Amino acid sequence: MDYALTDDQRNIREAVLKHCSQFSDEYWLEHDRSGEFPTDFHLSMAEAGWLGIAMPESVGGAGLGISEAAIMVQAVAESGGGMSAASSIHGPVFSLEPIEQFGTEEQQQRMIPPILSGEQKMCFAVTEPNVGLDTTRLKTRAEKVDGGYRVNGEKIWITNAHVANKMMLLARTTPLEECERKTQGLSLFFTDLDRAHIEHRIIPKMGRHAVGSNMLFISDLFIPEEDRIGAEGEGFKIILQGLNPERILLGAEAIGLGRVAIDRAARYARERVVFDRPIGMNQGIQHPLAKCWAQVESANLMVMQAASMFDAGQDCGVQANAGKYLAAEAGFEACHTAMLTLGGMGYAQEYHVERYLREILIPRTAPVSPHMILNFIAEKVLELPKSY
Amino acid sequence: MKVLVAVKRVVDYNVKVRAKADGSDVDLNNVKMAINPFCEIAVEEAVRLKEKGVATEVVVVSIGGKTCQEQIRTALALGADRGIQVEVEGNAEPLVVAKLLKGVVEKEEPQLVILGKQSIDGDNNQTGQMLGALTGMGQGTFASEVVVDGDKVNVTREIDGGLQTVALTLPAIVTTDLRLNEPRYASLPNIMKAKKKPLDVLTPADLGVEVKSHITLLKVEPPAERSAGIKVADVDQLVDKLKNEAKVI
Ligand SMILES: Cc1cc2nc3c(=O)[nH]c(=O)nc-3n(C[C@H](O)[C@H](O)[C@H](O)COP(=O)(O)OP(=O)(O)OC[C@H]3O[C@@H](n4cnc5c(N)ncnc54)[C@H](O)[C@@H]3O)c2cc1C
Repeated sequence: MDYALTDDQRNIREAVLKHCSQFSDEYWLEHDRSGEFPTDFHLSMAEAGWLGIAMPESVGGAGLGISEAAIMVQAVAESGGGMSAASSIHGPVFSLEPIEQFGTEEQQQRMIPPILSGEQKMCFAVTEPNVGLDTTRLKTRAEKVDGGYRVNGEKIWITNAHVANKMMLLARTTPLEECERKTQGLSLFFTDLDRAHIEHRIIPKMGRHAVGSNMLFISDLFIPEEDRIGAEGEGFKIILQGLNPERILLGAEAIGLGRVAIDRAARYARERVVFDRPIGMNQGIQHPLAKCWAQVESANLMVMQAASMFDAGQDCGVQANAGKYLAAEAGFEACHTAMLTLGGMGYAQEYHVERYLREILIPRTAPVSPHMILNFIAEKVLELPKSY
Repeated sequence: MKVLVAVKRVVDYNVKVRAKADGSDVDLNNVKMAINPFCEIAVEEAVRLKEKGVATEVVVVSIGGKTCQEQIRTALALGADRGIQVEVEGNAEPLVVAKLLKGVVEKEEPQLVILGKQSIDGDNNQTGQMLGALTGMGQGTFASEVVVDGDKVNVTREIDGGLQTVALTLPAIVTTDLRLNEPRYASLPNIMKAKKKPLDVLTPADLGVEVKSHITLLKVEPPAERSAGIKVADVDQLVDKLKNEAKVI
């Protein structure tokens, strides 16, 4: 049992932190204000090869594991970039997993390298307005036509769809009534985001404004046969492959955000003098921060355990879910405590912690809610009756 | 043309340096270490020379304990070809470093040796000059531009009052100033490649150098804390205080 980072992992962490130091707090604050996608950051990370960290070398990746990918996105968030920075680059790290595992050689070579190089951007379109977390009931319909499929439907919360050229889409190819099992009948596609047939509308939301999420209205979109990943009807099973890595990365990002919040708060507490003493001399300020540190770092152990299990080919569903849950809760507590530590200034944008607080709510609720995680643990670990 | 670059492991420039409680030295416990920024500029310059086709091989050398291999790997990730660690425990002083580097120079026979003008820990600004004296090579210190031209290198130096360009016959020594270049950020593929690049370990004995200290560190203490500022009522009071209390005007 070894809880320390290896030399290589430490190198990766240092190199990513250093890379991110090019992008200042002001850069992220300005992008949060303008809502502009952080193009320079995304491209610089792509050009330096970071997007392919967990993809095999045969498609232009570095062939490392989800552990290293988690360390990378964590450092990205921890640099002060937060969820804005992380969500601008983490998609390719886990969303390409299905192509890597189920795509043909031709598909892998055609689809993956342009995303890793930054030449193309992608989005991941699963959630629908009328379905929510009950993914097997997705309604977006892909009807078989000559040479491919015709797609109609609506998607919601699709991050980066307004800037993407490519879309990973989960859609129904067989009506639910005709399926033997509810997990069947969905198919996965990776295709052009053809704006002649897909209208997008950005959802005004609480934070992470630089990385927008969209409503999508898909009408008569043609998808050629060769853009289907894996067998028809197997889409649900295929995307499950990418879910644990996604949870692990989101958990790692929440830890990164928690760490930077604690760091900013501790720095402020050392320097701010009120009643003739640094506010950090008061235990009422110290203890909440120390507690946050302990919680954030212990959550990190669960996230990293899940990552090493995934890399070792073990089933890590429980750990990945528990890790995401713990990391997001601890990260939230840390951002909230940081804001209170800064007093009135905590509420001012120029001190950055209010932005962290707005952003940490994303890993707290997405891609899966705390409720569903607890449902899952209750059922799988505690063997309690399935409640949903 | 072979280029030799010397790099040093120092406390990261972002870290607030603290003295040990007993004042015996700087506290390095759990402190983030990094490649000395001027050395990083030296590596970058050498790699650019290689990219331009001027240099054929870039060798990095670091003198220190095993941990300085981290900084050698960092330099390899920036594009250097191979590394040499000269195993020395503790903090080697400039003269010892210069003697060891002379040993490496004799072994490797580089045409150009690039060093930082100083390391941000000791701020001695001596090693490059001492190496020049020991080897008899010409030196261009505080470089803000380096142009290799046949068997010469033109080095633009940052000096008081402006810039000075000197032409040195190769082999020569260059020490870098801040404005020479902006070092790149290591890319992931290069970090991966760096792991596979050769890194040799030498001892001072291999280089025929005896490590002998000429300096004894007596005491390290933090600078005095600045006293709090004051608010003045008006310009007259300000002028009065500057004149009669601070005595600066
Ligand atoms: C910023 C952001 C970005 C996103 N990006 C993407 C993206 O790129 N692609 C994509 O496909 N999706 C994306 N999502 C969608 C996200 O994955 C969904 O919001 C999430 O899956 C929840 O779905 P829902 O909002 O429809 O919630 P619902 O399913 O409507 O649930 C509402 C609430 O009810 C609770 N609930 C429901 N059933 C139960 C039960 N049985 N027991 C207990 N509680 C229950 C849930 O936990 C939740 O709190 C994003 C979301 C956000 C906020």
